[in-house]
Amino acid sequence: MSTRASTLTGRIMSAPSIIVLFLWMAVPLGMTIYFSFLRYNLLSPGTEEWIGTLNYEFFLTDPAFFASLTNTLLLVGSVLVITVVGGILLGLMLDQPIFGRGVLRLLVIAPFFIMPTVNALVWKNLLMDPVSGMFAWIASLFGLPAIDWFTNAPLTSIIIMVSWQWLPFAVLILLTALQSLDRDQKEAAQMDGAGPVAIFFYITLPHLSRAITVVVLIETIFLLTVFAEIFVTTGGGPGLATTNIAFLVYTQALLQFDVGGASAGGIVAVILANIVAIFLIRLIGKNLDK
Amino acid sequence: MGAIRLEKVKKTFGTLDVIPGVDLDINDGEFVVFVGPSGCGKSTLLRLIAGLEDVTDGKILINGTDVANEAPAKRGLSMVFQSYALYPHMTVYNNIAFGLKMAGESKEVIEEKVQSAAKILNLTDYLERRPGALSGGQRQRVAIGRAIVRNPAAFLFDEPLSNLDAALRVNMRLEITGLHQELKTTMIYVTHDQVEAMTMADKIVVLQAGRVEQVGKPMELYNNPTNKFVAGFIGSPKMNFLGGELAKKYDCHEIGIRPEHFAVSTEKGEIPATVKIAEHLGAETYLHVEADGLGPMTVRATGEIPLGEHDKIFLTPEQDRIHRFDAQGLALAKS
Ligand SMILES: Nc1ncnc2c1ncn2[C@@H]1O[C@H](COP(=O)(O)OP(=O)(O)OP(=O)(O)O)[C@@H](O)[C@H]1O
Ligand SMILES: [Mg+2]
Repeated sequence: MSTRASTLTGRIMSAPSIIVLFLWMAVPLGMTIYFSFLRYNLLSPGTEEWIGTLNYEFFLTDPAFFASLTNTLLLVGSVLVITVVGGILLGLMLDQPIFGRGVLRLLVIAPFFIMPTVNALVWKNLLMDPVSGMFAWIASLFGLPAIDWFTNAPLTSIIIMVSWQWLPFAVLILLTALQSLDRDQKEAAQMDGAGPVAIFFYITLPHLSRAITVVVLIETIFLLTVFAEIFVTTGGGPGLATTNIAFLVYTQALLQFDVGGASAGGIVAVILANIVAIFLIRLIGKNLDK
Repeated sequence: MGAIRLEKVKKTFGTLDVIPGVDLDINDGEFVVFVGPSGCGKSTLLRLIAGLEDVTDGKILINGTDVANEAPAKRGLSMVFQSYALYPHMTVYNNIAFGLKMAGESKEVIEEKVQSAAKILNLTDYLERRPGALSGGQRQRVAIGRAIVRNPAAFLFDEPLSNLDAALRVNMRLEITGLHQELKTTMIYVTHDQVEAMTMADKIVVLQAGRVEQVGKPMELYNNPTNKFVAGFIGSPKMNFLGGELAKKYDCHEIGIRPEHFAVSTEKGEIPATVKIAEHLGAETYLHVEADGLGPMTVRATGEIPLGEHDKIFLTPEQDRIHRFDAQGLALAKS
């Protein structure tokens, strides 16, 4: 299958899909880049004109940018830590022959199938509401005051919700990896005098490194663009407390109707995502080519 | 020092009675081989001794102390697994050193022990490699190295050579025997390979359905099997079992004659037969024959003999090599 003719055939056959995919990516990107150099506000149509890098200057010097950059990194970092650690613990538990394991597995996976908006509404109205929420009710059982989650700990609340949403994904990937761990290896370690903790750190964790890498890379891609949970619950507030880059771009474009500024923000977000991606691939990507 | 004694060791998985009760004595320094058909409980018995399975009942004494409820590491035994079970993310050095590290040995002691084990096993050039970059035989040696450094009371091997090709298996067999002669440590070795059992063992334990059928030196089992199962299991090709008139002549229910204990003639003899298939191996010839009125038999003749399909031959068993069995399959004294 590697003669010159077959290589050429392969290229010709795959060309249409590659071209479509390329256009699919390049056209919107090109337009966004183009818009980002225009003064382009939907409230004053017809006044579009080339303003160079002015949009970028405004976006990058806006205090909201640094606040939202911090929020984005905090959100991504915290959710990654929670889901990876929680995923390993739950995976270890579900890997044991415990009673009702089948049902438990189903329950653990379930949140992944709930769409983010619904997820956010459930947390906001049924669980975290300071008056009628379940957490408030539980607090009242102990005679404690209810916490107004979205006012007092807005970013934490978002982190909790998003973690809940992504934990199943981590569990699923890590559980599969755990199940592929050779029983003999654990037994050999046992014969070598390793206790459960040593087995975890010397045998299980290294075995999981590739799966953890996959979880971190894939989750990062999606977590950089968390939007629905913020939109439905806090609307980016109070103040800028829960505004991430994705939400900031949205406020620019659709609340201030500033297409030029939003495009500049979008491009900045793309560049940031690439920086994070390069950083991650450098850091942990080597785990993938074993 | 490693004398191991099993007293009424029992193992059940749920309702499945895998080991109904085994008594066994293994002396210090002995090379003991467990053989038996697939599923007879060899691995289970070995894992019970290792502590990887809990006994349902009974005692396991190592040097006189009952360890049946001790953790595997506390028993001072080393195990070599069929799958090698090397730690894939550690170098060969760290694989071998792992047990010592867990035991809290100092860096210098570990270094010294690993190096000396590597030297015995010809692994010195591979210490910095990962198991993934080794051949099957080298991996096997790493697994053995990991077992050696802990200086165990006994080594346990579960079919360690079954993943190797025939030539390498012969090599490793000799290496393990050599290792035993050098270290003089007790070894328990599980296999279903006849040749391994016969060539390596000081003592063979034949198991069937979790029961010990016979324990003895290889030649003892070959010459004096106590029952039909052992007689059929030890020796290759299998012993021929003949009943009917011929057995009556020897005053028993059935007689057993090994394929190599016949004299073959084309002129005269006790049992007339017709050759069905002749397998010529050069050094010897296997004849699969149909004996008149007795059914199919296997005969092993030395050297090349010019016989083929449909040839008429006569077989004469060596009289003092005939085994006699009663209706329960137990061996009777030689006639
Ligand atoms: N964990 C287990 N649960 C239930 N049954 C088991 C378990 N382990 C082994 N058995 C059963 O115990 C019996 C003996 O198994 P064992 O692995 O000891 O056989 P073996 O003699 O080593 O066979 P082989 O030569 O094929 O390796 C088998 O019938 C097997 O199905
Ligand atoms: Mg086995």
